[in-house]
Amino acid sequence: MKPFDNGCIATNSSRGVATSSAKPTTSVPSSIATKMKIDRSPVKQIAKKPALTNGHVVNHNHNNHVIKPKTKVDLQRVEVKRREQRKRAGESFEECTLWDAFCTYLCYAVLVLVGYVNDLVRPRTATEQNRDGYVPLYASFESFYTRHVYRRVRDCWNMPVGSVPGKYITLLERESKDYGWTFNMTGKKVHCINLGSYNYLGFAENHGTCAEAAIKAVREQGVGTCSPRKELGNAHHLDELDQLVARFVGSEAAITCAMGFATNSMNIPAILNKGCLVLSDEKNHASIILGLRLSRATIRVFKHNNMRSLEKRLREGIVNGQPRTHLPWEKIFIVIEGVYSMEGSVVRLPEILALKRKYGAYVYLDEAHSIGAMGPNGRGVIDYWGCNPKDVDVLMGTFTKSFGSAGGYIAGSKELITLLRRGSHAHAYGTAMSPPVAQQILTSMKMIMGEDGTDEGVKKIRQLARNSRYFRQKLKQAGFIVYGNDDSPVIPVALYMPTKIAYVVREMIKRGVATVGVGFPATPLVEGRTRFCISASHTKEMLDHALGAMCEIGQQITIRCSRLPIRKEEILYDDSENEDVE
Amino acid sequence: MLNAVLAFIYQNLIDAPTSYHLYVEAFLALWLFWLIRQRKKAEKKQRLTQEEEQLIINAWQPKPLVDEEVKNTENYNNGGIWGPITGRPGKIVEIDGQKYLNVATHNYLGLLDSKELDDAAEQCIRRYGVGSCGPRGFYGTVDVHIELEEKISRFLDLEETALYSYGFSAVASAIPSYAKAGDIIFADEQVNYPIQRGLQASRSSIIYFKHNSWEDLQEKLKKQTEIDKKSVRKAKTIRRFCIVEGIYSKSGTMCPLKEITDLCKQYKVRLFVDESISFGVLGRTGRGLTEHLDVDRKDIDFISGSLEHSCASFGGFIVGSSYVVDHQRISGLGITTQNCYCFSASLPPLLAGTGIKALEIIEQSPEIIQDVQDKCAYMHQAFMKKLTFFRVTSHELSPLKFLSLVGSEFLAGDVIKDLIEQVIIYVKEHHKITLVQPYYLESEHELPLPSIRVSINRLLTYKDIDSIAAAIEDASNCINLYDSVICNIPNQYEQTKADMIRNYEGHLKWKQQNNGVSEKEALEQDDVFEPFEIAEDSAPKKIADLHSRN
Repeated sequence: MKPFDNGCIATNSSRGVATSSAKPTTSVPSSIATKMKIDRSPVKQIAKKPALTNGHVVNHNHNNHVIKPKTKVDLQRVEVKRREQRKRAGESFEECTLWDAFCTYLCYAVLVLVGYVNDLVRPRTATEQNRDGYVPLYASFESFYTRHVYRRVRDCWNMPVGSVPGKYITLLERESKDYGWTFNMTGKKVHCINLGSYNYLGFAENHGTCAEAAIKAVREQGVGTCSPRKELGNAHHLDELDQLVARFVGSEAAITCAMGFATNSMNIPAILNKGCLVLSDEKNHASIILGLRLSRATIRVFKHNNMRSLEKRLREGIVNGQPRTHLPWEKIFIVIEGVYSMEGSVVRLPEILALKRKYGAYVYLDEAHSIGAMGPNGRGVIDYWGCNPKDVDVLMGTFTKSFGSAGGYIAGSKELITLLRRGSHAHAYGTAMSPPVAQQILTSMKMIMGEDGTDEGVKKIRQLARNSRYFRQKLKQAGFIVYGNDDSPVIPVALYMPTKIAYVVREMIKRGVATVGVGFPATPLVEGRTRFCISASHTKEMLDHALGAMCEIGQQITIRCSRLPIRKEEILYDDSENEDVE
Repeated sequence: MLNAVLAFIYQNLIDAPTSYHLYVEAFLALWLFWLIRQRKKAEKKQRLTQEEEQLIINAWQPKPLVDEEVKNTENYNNGGIWGPITGRPGKIVEIDGQKYLNVATHNYLGLLDSKELDDAAEQCIRRYGVGSCGPRGFYGTVDVHIELEEKISRFLDLEETALYSYGFSAVASAIPSYAKAGDIIFADEQVNYPIQRGLQASRSSIIYFKHNSWEDLQEKLKKQTEIDKKSVRKAKTIRRFCIVEGIYSKSGTMCPLKEITDLCKQYKVRLFVDESISFGVLGRTGRGLTEHLDVDRKDIDFISGSLEHSCASFGGFIVGSSYVVDHQRISGLGITTQNCYCFSASLPPLLAGTGIKALEIIEQSPEIIQDVQDKCAYMHQAFMKKLTFFRVTSHELSPLKFLSLVGSEFLAGDVIKDLIEQVIIYVKEHHKITLVQPYYLESEHELPLPSIRVSINRLLTYKDIDSIAAAIEDASNCINLYDSVICNIPNQYEQTKADMIRNYEGHLKWKQQNNGVSEKEALEQDDVFEPFEIAEDSAPKKIADLHSRN
């Protein structure tokens, strides 16, 4: 791997990104002082072994002596070890067994059959009034799934919320007297531990620094902007935000947009054109797919996180050229996400960057779920893998998740941002970001960067890492089928059957835990699951309560059927790391 | 055994009088064999060896991520005229320490300056925080969202509303949830960019009709019926849609909705209307174009709107019957559609709260709608009377006034752009008013000619409106717009040139007679807006200066 230039070191301040070079002789930074500061933290890390294994099974077989690194070579060894550990963290995807698949299909088949009988006996299709003779807006069979499958479990989604989506969430109870066709509010409120919102770093709060700053912004700048940035919507705080984001992710420049979904769907068409080939991961988010479709580029899909599939597609693409004309492609883009929100997996970035270099492709990385939530400094998967942010051509991310706000950004080289300022749909036609929303991002991002003078941000990042590991390991130990990477804060648990999804969601709410169930069509038919989103604001007690509830439910229905070897050692939740902050 | 069979076949071949078919069959079999072999050979020829593949891969050179021409353009906002703003972009906006009268933003009702909206936002932040941290399905439906949706439905007297978190995305996402490949969409050629993107995402075949011409639409519909007659069965499965805007954001013209609704009813075409601009401005109580033209909203399949203009908040909405709107909430989950209702994080609750407050203000005080309409009409009149070099191309009641340069159809786009820029800079420097050229991307379906756009704001006084008109007129005189236009018209339009000179002189005369009247009207209004009042003596001096220089 290439040595990193010093610009990168300066931006990633606290934990040794600089030492990630494999060759011992390269990467001598100009400023020794910076270097010293950077390198100290891994030393500390190693000195306190438990710190490394936050939530991990403590394993005393090796590395139980204290390493005292003095030389650079030592430091590099430490870094290599950290990376190895990351690789070992690995990802697990247990295949659905034949029996489970059969049961799931049977479950759907029964639902469909009952649906047909229901339709015959008591046809209840919504009919349109006042549109006689028109071609129907959608066929009756199109809504079959909605009427007969989704309707029965409809209460598990779109639950109205009556509070801040923080560590706790207040749900407004609904009841349905006609089996899911309509809902009435009962007026009761259900107080739950929130394991459903994307509030990774716990910045969704209605009091404290962030909220006060947002209110101040409302008072000074109002709420609306009423104009796209290209006309008269550009404000000082938006320019400041652009610069801050660029500094945060370690790129030359950045541009922000008022909506996360639109950041993808309205900026990708400005970057790609018809002569481009796009290799897109099969699990990419809908906003990316929409953006790619609007760009008119040719899209080929590779298997989720599968490097062999990607390389094959790359070779095929270059060798065959454009369809029909066989002209060479103008550009080839690899479009990936940092953390996949439904799979909990982390992209294998170093391998993708190696492929990118080998074949001369460009990489578009969507860090919607990973920015803030991954890596020792919260700089996303780039930080997690110790890569150089300048190696990724287009960095995209959203502010909805970790920053508790709304909107998104695209960061990259100065030229790229100039291109977007000129041609981005969002910049030209989308209304500029609302001041309080921008202020929330500014405050929370500065907190993560430690620019507010406190160590709140770092604490949050560590707490999140600890919580995620602990919760995932505990679930695995209890025998649940857990998908994804050990370090990701998104923890999906496979349930397969739609009935089980609904049961788990309902029972968890009864036990005071709000979780999310995901089934067909958002996932493949046999891959229904429930998903936990861990937040830094959760405490061990809260997680234990959720785990207890989950185990209880697991005893009632067969969902604890993982075939992976189960670790016998006790899983520790380490509080000692709080003292480790520099 | 085998021998016996072979002998039997041989005997048959020889004996049978009609054995020729066997020969034919044998020939066919051989031919098939030969064909397959040939095909295999051809395939083998195509396959490249590893080395050859590597050669191609090595030879392939990707183009740079950003084209060279883009790298060198430092294109900032509106040609770099307006720097970033500080503070609140209300009626008065501060840019680089200087205060300007703001007629560039879509703050028609002036609600951005309203303290009530700020209070609503603060209350929401104290209750819900800033972000919603999830899509609607996953704990992102906050009670204020439901309240806002119900409020919009009740306001427009329709069954159901779907709230989107961005004005652009609402209509752009809604269209592809109904229109699919194979369907036909009739669209006005000047529909806005979000609609164009929605049309593109739908993959339907799109038929554009002439701007605001229902006759042209009728013709296109007739043509389609004739095509349908040829294949009746196919026609029964093709959905037809028609998409128009209430007031067109690209030209400020008003849609002849009554005629179009009648046509759509007659030809059984579903009608979508985008009221992003007209919502909260038109109609007696601000319910939009349908109220203004007295069109039954039930005849329209859905109305889309934006809370980012009149309501001075954020978000977009789709409102219609439950049958229509409910489908779009769920259809987005399908594999082929990427509806942002399902997949994007919901609107931050504080913005929903602001939207509710803005709607309440509109509902409770219909007099502000009347006020803004009066000012729209007054501004229209003021521009018509006072401007010599600019034509008002928008509708009288449109909150957006588009001023296009007289004779611009004969000029090159860059020249007009440049001239307009000069006007804007002059007005900026001497009259402290923010004018903008609307920004369009090159991928627009019909790229409109460059123009100046002035937006109404209810808080503008009649005097302000007069001063805006006077400022533009003053600027056009001072930068000698007349000469520039005449010079730049190519020689082949000799006739046009002569006409223009004649018109101009006529206009000057007419203006001299009428000028006094409009000034008097302005003085009748009691509001006085001090900082932007034009010193009446300063402007003519400059014109005199200019003449003396010539």
